[in-house]
Amino acid sequence: MSKTSIQQEVLLEVRDLKQHFPIRHSQNVIRAVDGVSFSLRKGETLGLVGESGCGKSTTARAINYLYTPTSGDIILDGVNLSSLSRREMAAARKDMQMVFQDPYASLNPRMTVNQIILEPLRINKNRGVISMTNGEMDKRVEELMEIVGLSRNLKNRFPHEFSGGQRQRIGIARALALNPKLILLDEPVSALDVSIQSQVLNLLTKLQKEFGLTYLFIAHDLAVVKYISDRVAVMYLGKLVEVSPSEELYDRPLHPYTQALLSAVPIPDPEVEKSRQRIILEGDVPSPDRIQKGCYFCDRCPKVMDKCRSSIPELKDRGEDHQVACWLYE
Amino acid sequence: MAEDKAILEVKNLKTYFKTDSGIVKAVDGVNFTLKRGETLGIVGESGSGKSVTNLSVMKLIPSPPGKIVDGEVLLHGRNILSLNNRELSKIRGNKISMIFQDPMTSLNPFLKISTQMIETIMLHQKLGKDEAWDRAVEMLRLVGIPAPEKRIDAYPHQFSGGMRQRVMIAMALSCNPEILIADEPTTALDVTIQAQILELIKDLSDKMGTAVIMITHDLGVVAGMCDHVCVMYAGRIVEKAKTDDLFADPRHPYTVGLINSVPRLDQGKEEALYSIKGQPPNLIDLPDCCPFHPRCDRAKDICRSQYPPEKVLGSERFVRCWLYEEEKN
Repeated sequence: MSKTSIQQEVLLEVRDLKQHFPIRHSQNVIRAVDGVSFSLRKGETLGLVGESGCGKSTTARAINYLYTPTSGDIILDGVNLSSLSRREMAAARKDMQMVFQDPYASLNPRMTVNQIILEPLRINKNRGVISMTNGEMDKRVEELMEIVGLSRNLKNRFPHEFSGGQRQRIGIARALALNPKLILLDEPVSALDVSIQSQVLNLLTKLQKEFGLTYLFIAHDLAVVKYISDRVAVMYLGKLVEVSPSEELYDRPLHPYTQALLSAVPIPDPEVEKSRQRIILEGDVPSPDRIQKGCYFCDRCPKVMDKCRSSIPELKDRGEDHQVACWLYE
Repeated sequence: MAEDKAILEVKNLKTYFKTDSGIVKAVDGVNFTLKRGETLGIVGESGSGKSVTNLSVMKLIPSPPGKIVDGEVLLHGRNILSLNNRELSKIRGNKISMIFQDPMTSLNPFLKISTQMIETIMLHQKLGKDEAWDRAVEMLRLVGIPAPEKRIDAYPHQFSGGMRQRVMIAMALSCNPEILIADEPTTALDVTIQAQILELIKDLSDKMGTAVIMITHDLGVVAGMCDHVCVMYAGRIVEKAKTDDLFADPRHPYTVGLINSVPRLDQGKEEALYSIKGQPPNLIDLPDCCPFHPRCDRAKDICRSQYPPEKVLGSERFVRCWLYEEEKN
């Protein structure tokens, strides 16, 4: 039984989110995110998977208003972010933080660990969002370092003195600094070696239990997503094709794309590998700059029907909290 | 049996890099053999020496700062490391070819695919331009590029990542090499494209009888592709075995940890994931003891003072760990 149930309170709701980017010297736009709706329940981890270019990271950035969405609503804890003024937005953003993929690029090399973790506190104090004395802030930094498993003696060191795994811990400490409700994790372990990856995954699980955090966990590694998520959303070419509780999705994938994706993941066991049937997809992901008339996956789908080419299937519930957007199930 | 003949033997290979803070022993005594038609996996984490081992095999180590300080690489009994550049160029790309992780940086962006492929083929196969062209088109068709006679005149940026890697494979196999070294060939690719490329490499190596050295950090790729596996840690092979044996019964504590710390798609959720404590060692001035001992749950006194020798366990299997040395006594 998953630890969240359908009735549980919703923390974040994304409604028909679109994020398009203009192309220079062209009338077309890149439809990075093209109508995505899902909700995130308090205390759960929603995994967002898909291949590169499918719009996973753009979704996370649009939720955080790092981009201004082309259309759609982001509702965090009952507040529609698009209705907020600049000042109100600053306060609302405190509740959602991000951890990025590349622990080398996401930390300022000229700042010490202390300055890096302190920065969100300092900025929000200056804006009047939080009130803390300097002494309290210093104590908070040390506390955060201990929480993520870094010795407080290291606080005056620079990022280059740390390994990839330790840097990711610094990034996590920075994200935790303001006691957020929601953390958007954008491929947080993809750049790490396997032995370090499992350390960071265990840390994230521990933090979630301790602080009641809600995670949106973006990754392309389906095994990692299965391990960490309560529910999983599968994205293709800017649209969600399937959303389901994690166990259910892996046991009973409905969408042909999810089926192909799961069958393509190599399993570290030669016995299992020998007997596996792979669904090898033909071709590549099409360019996201054209307007699709039918199902976004129809060009590569092994089970394509006539209807798929002419009208777009909607994401609909098929029972057991399992949603899929595919004409096969209509 | 012809298959049992070793075509490549690497003996006590040592490659060091001189840096400002000391000597990095990137590869420190590596031994392995590769047989005809075999697929050998080399796994390890970043910095374990996988790539440097294979660059050394091709004598492609930038020097300075790098230097192959010891060892032999025997291709049919002939030591590659003692050859001059002229002789080497007859081997590179012809007898042994390589494909790299990032297909964008390994193709020249200014040259058409045709130019790049024909150059290789004409150089090694002594063919005329028209014949080389035909050969290139044939290779592109073999790796599944649609309409190859048109696409051959495209530039690398006009191909997607998966297609570029197909072009790289076509180039690498165009001279019928005996050995293909694939250095993380699918790491930059998505899983569905990875599945396509792995299938292709497997297919072609079976068809053409090419031996493959597959360098990867992904145990799943090893399980599906390789006959034998070498596990590298801190510049040495700590365990070598048949793939089935390695996964069924891993011996070195590092191998055990590595296999256990990967979440698996086909298994339910465990409470906490196993993790190897600590971090990979700094390769500068590594002490002469087992480099894994600070992270090992089963470390003993001797592990902290001496490097374990290769302990042969049955046929085609060895491990470097003191745990298995004492079993005998």
